[in-house]
Amino acid sequence: MDLSSIDLVTLVAALMVASTPILLAAIGELVVEKSGVLNLGVEGMMITGAITGFMGAVATGSPVFGFLFAALSGAGMAFLFGFLTQYLLSNQVATGLALTLFGLGLSSMLGQGYQGVRPPSTPRLDIPVLSDIPVLGQMFFSHDLMVYLSLVLIVLVWALLKFTRAGLILRAVGESHDAAHALGFKVVRIRMLAIMFGGACAGLGGAYLSLVRVPQWADGMTAGAGWIALAIVVFASWKPVWILVGAYLFGGMTVLQLKLQVANIPVPVEYLSMAPFVITILVMVVVSALRGPGFVGAPAALTKVFHASN
Amino acid sequence: MPVLQLLSGKSLLPRVKTCPGGTNWQKVLTGQSQISVVCGWLAVWSLKEIQNPQGDGTVTATSLLSVKGLTKAYPGVVANDQVGFEIAPGEVHALLGENGAGKSTLVKMIYGLVRPDSGSMVMNGAPFEPGTPSAARGDGVAMVFQHFSLFDALNVAENVALGMDQPPKMRELSRRIREVSENYGLPLDPDRMVGDLSAGERQRVEIIRCLLQDPKLLIMDEPTSVLTPQEVAILFETLNKLSEEGTAILYISHKLEEIRTICDSATILRLGKVVGQCNPREESARSMAEMMVGQELLIPTRTPGEPGEVLLELNDLSVPADNQFGTSLRNISLTVRAGEILGIGGVAGNGQDELVLALSGEVRTELNDIIFKGIPVGTLPPNPRRALGLLTAPEERLGHAAAPDMSLTENALLTAAIRQGLARNGFLNWPKIRKYASEVIETFDVRTPGPENAARSLSGGNLQKFVIGREVLQDPDLLVVNQPTWGVDASAAASIRQALMDLAAKGAAVICISQDLDELMEISDRFAALNEGRLTPPRPARGLSVEDIGLMMGGAHDMEAAHV
Repeated sequence: MDLSSIDLVTLVAALMVASTPILLAAIGELVVEKSGVLNLGVEGMMITGAITGFMGAVATGSPVFGFLFAALSGAGMAFLFGFLTQYLLSNQVATGLALTLFGLGLSSMLGQGYQGVRPPSTPRLDIPVLSDIPVLGQMFFSHDLMVYLSLVLIVLVWALLKFTRAGLILRAVGESHDAAHALGFKVVRIRMLAIMFGGACAGLGGAYLSLVRVPQWADGMTAGAGWIALAIVVFASWKPVWILVGAYLFGGMTVLQLKLQVANIPVPVEYLSMAPFVITILVMVVVSALRGPGFVGAPAALTKVFHASN
Repeated sequence: MPVLQLLSGKSLLPRVKTCPGGTNWQKVLTGQSQISVVCGWLAVWSLKEIQNPQGDGTVTATSLLSVKGLTKAYPGVVANDQVGFEIAPGEVHALLGENGAGKSTLVKMIYGLVRPDSGSMVMNGAPFEPGTPSAARGDGVAMVFQHFSLFDALNVAENVALGMDQPPKMRELSRRIREVSENYGLPLDPDRMVGDLSAGERQRVEIIRCLLQDPKLLIMDEPTSVLTPQEVAILFETLNKLSEEGTAILYISHKLEEIRTICDSATILRLGKVVGQCNPREESARSMAEMMVGQELLIPTRTPGEPGEVLLELNDLSVPADNQFGTSLRNISLTVRAGEILGIGGVAGNGQDELVLALSGEVRTELNDIIFKGIPVGTLPPNPRRALGLLTAPEERLGHAAAPDMSLTENALLTAAIRQGLARNGFLNWPKIRKYASEVIETFDVRTPGPENAARSLSGGNLQKFVIGREVLQDPDLLVVNQPTWGVDASAAASIRQALMDLAAKGAAVICISQDLDELMEISDRFAALNEGRLTPPRPARGLSVEDIGLMMGGAHDMEAAHV
């Protein structure tokens, strides 16, 4: 056993990279659920984003186009889900599960021939001045664009929900679509936009996996990240700040357990591999339990079918 | 002390002093809390004698909104057929009609939620064709909804902002909410969560939302069905003030006495057509009801029999409140005899719900606190009590009395399984269940395409008839009903009351808990009032004066509240 190989600076830096896919997917799903829709297809949209982003980046040689591609394909998948659930009024749970299965199959088909291909590398973006700070600069300010973008997105979503009229309308639609409709808001249109935003975020998260985190294409490479994103949204009580905590906790545990495996600690590998899932869920359960039994925070209209009857 | 808060608009007292009906009450009562209760009650009864300055039909000079030939058809039903009426600035105009007569469709067209198939509307001389609610709001139309269009998890200011097209900054909006709400005697805290507000306060939010936009026409759909008498009096103050300022008000209500009190004119709808116009002040409630129904209204009648043996005894029943918003029941003692109807009145939130729960068995008490037919039942759950003959019809139709998404057949099974033998050895006897549901539907004239329809799809009045009928047809020995005619139109209400009286005439006992004092006076043999979880000793209903009722509802023990 050799714990001295674990260095705090590289651990934190790796943690931020490992957390970003889940963070992106979760913040997108938060917006979707705030509008009163539960899209269980996050995993499917992520892995579709992972392969289309990979293909786009390989074809154009530019990771930026890769990410754009991934966001578009995620939004496209989400549009399919939105069309089925919002216009054809299909059941959200069943449709979301189907979307995940569809995404897994589609990505596997598209990804044939991309195994073992190396994608163009995504450049690091050292933030001037800040990245020169010893230790901290290495930890926090020496990452690629997507890491910063995901953090900016958290702040933006938080501010949108808290301070803007658009955010208020989004929350209102998720709280009671009937009341929102009576006041003249376009419930279905607002939800479609939220669903597609969520899909784009999930696509970005998937592409980050295949283009930066791994970086390679492998079948089923999201390996449950989409499900963890869904769980984090719930345990975070639909609050952006807690999404950040949950995602970084999961990412941190993932990185740590890999390092512990390398360090040969006398714990079976299987336990180490499941640790991130178990610990994240446990911590988030404790956090939400501490808020007291009366606190739920779920949008009241979540998963309810809206149909303008008049 | 909620009652005092409700009255902090303070405009109520001068109004009541002018009441011709309330001559000596100030001398009779000394504690302010009793006054406040009586005020609300008296104000509702006596407002009809106060002249509205805009009344007397002198307002026809220019109409604010004129509707001509408005038609809207849905598959299978013409909701509005060539409807027309006019409303002038400052006029309070009533829309009358039974459930399903087309009132809601009509106001939805005016508010831009529904587009008419044909017909025209003219607002202030210009054609008025709102395609969306915000277009209607832009032309000065505001609406207070029957089922509140509020968001529980948002605060008051956010709710108000959502109903405005160009809301000011939140801080400015909060200031204006405070200002306008105090101005109209409807104080509101803009930072409170709407989910924590009472029904009356929630309605204030809707009204303030409308008032902030300086509406020329204010539409109110069933505004008083969830309000206590005090809150109704405050609402009428506000409406009178608005009308004096020139705002036209389109007022939909089933409560005909209220319409006679507050409205200058009325349009009566039946099955989507206008069947008459009238001046409500010159009509009686009965004549208006008959115009709505299109036939003579049957006033419930019965010949009271001799009270029989004691069926129910409550011995010092006390139940602590289960949450901070609940009311504890305190030392309630009572006997109810076969063949009598006991009416229990009181301002909402004084223990009505808790009493129903304790009687139905949803909340357990000490074994000997409740004795039914000589058997202590305080610890029995609902089903054994049903088996003994103690049945309950709670207030909340959807979600408590009936499961909204289940069919009427299934709902019939839920409470009638035991007494009607609808299940055996754990297996359901569907033919028998369907037969029972159909029997309820037929006997109580529940208007629905069939027993397989979901409870949610019925109108409030029809579902209420079903819920009451389901219990009545089980031949209860004691039936407890809470708010049996809440939000129900006049003819349905009359038939429900008749059913309760028939039940008593057959020798069963009925406990009727209601906010509607007219209803209680009409059907009760004895009357008692709940006040902060205490029940007054019951007194014979015949010959009770308004002052007596006010005193009972105020509760003589409550003198200290006067110093608050």
